Amino acid sequence: MTNIASPVLSPLGGARAPEGGEAGPIQSGWRLAMREFTSNRLAVLGSAILVFFLVFCFIGPIFYHGQTVNTNLQATNLPPGAGHLLGTTSEGFDELALLMRGGQASLEVAFLAAVFGIVLGSIWGAVAGLVGGVVDSVMMRIVDVFLSIPILFVVLIIAVRYGPSVLSLGLIIGGYYWLVPARLVRGEVLTLRTRDFVSAARIAGVRPWRLIGRHLIPNAVGVMIVNVTFNVADAILLVAALGYLGFGLQYPTQDWGDMLSNGIGYMQDGYWWLVYPVGACIVLVVMACNLIGDALRDSFDVRLRRR
Amino acid sequence: MTAYLIRRVITSIVVLIGVSIVIFFLLHTIYPSPAQDVLGAKATNAAVNAWNKANGFDRPWILQYLSYIGNALHGNLGYSYKLNQSVAALFRERWARSFYLSGMSLLLSVLLAIPLGIYQAVRRNSLSDNAMTTVAFILYAMPVFFLALILIQAFALSLHIFSYEASQSTSVWAVMADWHAMTLPIATLTLISVAGYSRYMRSSAMDALAQDYIKAARAKGLPERLVLFRHLVRNACLPMVTLIGLSIPVLLAGNLITEQVFNYQGLGLLFYNSLGNVDYDVLIAYTLIGATLVIVGNLVADIALTVADPRIRLA
Repeated sequence: MTNIASPVLSPLGGARAPEGGEAGPIQSGWRLAMREFTSNRLAVLGSAILVFFLVFCFIGPIFYHGQTVNTNLQATNLPPGAGHLLGTTSEGFDELALLMRGGQASLEVAFLAAVFGIVLGSIWGAVAGLVGGVVDSVMMRIVDVFLSIPILFVVLIIAVRYGPSVLSLGLIIGGYYWLVPARLVRGEVLTLRTRDFVSAARIAGVRPWRLIGRHLIPNAVGVMIVNVTFNVADAILLVAALGYLGFGLQYPTQDWGDMLSNGIGYMQDGYWWLVYPVGACIVLVVMACNLIGDALRDSFDVRLRRR
Repeated sequence: MTAYLIRRVITSIVVLIGVSIVIFFLLHTIYPSPAQDVLGAKATNAAVNAWNKANGFDRPWILQYLSYIGNALHGNLGYSYKLNQSVAALFRERWARSFYLSGMSLLLSVLLAIPLGIYQAVRRNSLSDNAMTTVAFILYAMPVFFLALILIQAFALSLHIFSYEASQSTSVWAVMADWHAMTLPIATLTLISVAGYSRYMRSSAMDALAQDYIKAARAKGLPERLVLFRHLVRNACLPMVTLIGLSIPVLLAGNLITEQVFNYQGLGLLFYNSLGNVDYDVLIAYTLIGATLVIVGNLVADIALTVADPRIRLA
């Protein structure tokens, strides 16, 4: 990915310095963006949190075993202690092991939705921006139409009818998350379309699909990555809300929202370990994604650089 | 400007028609007919078919759509077979309560976010700015129901200041007067929105602070207070207009969850209950109304911005 020379990310290299700035050596846009990103302490913190949770959820179960499928009525609602580091649920499931399993489901749905959304959205946006004219108007009105429908309502209606799985939930949510990327990528393509390198490619006889795949999309990657991080954060919250409302993933798959909503029922009994650890997990992961997204946006945004 | 407004209104109407077609088609595909729910699980196929024929559910969906829209334009939004009431009557009964909850929290969050954002922009990177940013980030990352739960635990169950359930009164005036029961639901929605709005306001105010007219105002010796109130606030608030228009879907979703948590008899709770017992006409009508609100919200925000910002009129 590092060999993509990107005119959007590095405006004419560093040669044309902004007012009052000094002209630096010509650098790859990606390297510049990376340096900007790693110099942002909050971004590093966010990445660290996200990496921690990925390891925790996907590698943790290899080292920490706990019952999450078969009920054990002799070990219900135990407080945290030896054997069950974070206590047990009303079904006798081990809370810590459940946190890992639930995190897997939540993260899988969120990433699936964001990736599906970005792929569909960037193709849609690139085609609309490149073709232009009536096709562009129609395609963008379709985006407007879907953007106007409140997502939670539609996802709930679909989820009630078809008990959702990780795959179906990811695709349903992703079926909504392509709209904003479509707009963003179209905007990028409209500005790129008039650039010399695109004209050069066209004159050289490059076919439209190759033009989109090789020349336009790679230059819009910055915008797309930023959007993915925010969508992952959004999707985790949406999945949690679905779980809370009782229309989330079905047993034996549980996500963090299901766990939190189960735990809330025992709040009055003082079983805090069923509520606060999982709540903290959701908040931390969503916050990490937002921090990363903010920092990436700043580091890709040429105008904000060296202020 | 008139030409722009006319074009903008026409686009909105086109989008609205598209939205209604999509929603109707979607629901129609998922639930082709409420016959089984109306007649009961033991109804015979013949009875179901007869009911479908009698109520027009055997026609192609596009014809059903046209008659539905025709009825909707005359104020008939269908009939709730579960609650034995017309959907329009149900909505008339409940809309004011939802409007109060959402409107009040929207108003409060804007009134809080504007001064907070400007304060943070002026005191950029100070201890108080960083503290507020941290709180905003945490609130922004919080599921609505989790925040509601924490507030209930702290203020209703431990401190006994407020009620854990929203007002159950049927009159909206009584609901408004019942601050003991309404504080927590309103606070939940307000805190969630303030987090997003104040972040936005902060960056908008920072952009405005870097502009030349602020430098000019300072250079001519205007006291800082006047620079902020006369020159900064108005300009920094402009992007907020668009943001509020765009945040209506989030508000509707938050409204649904808050009403469910606090058992508040508004439209969101009605929708939630209708999900469980597949009350077809309520689901479609509320989704349509939600989408209409989103479109109207965006339109109003655009028009308001055009009125407020003369620079846009030229475009």
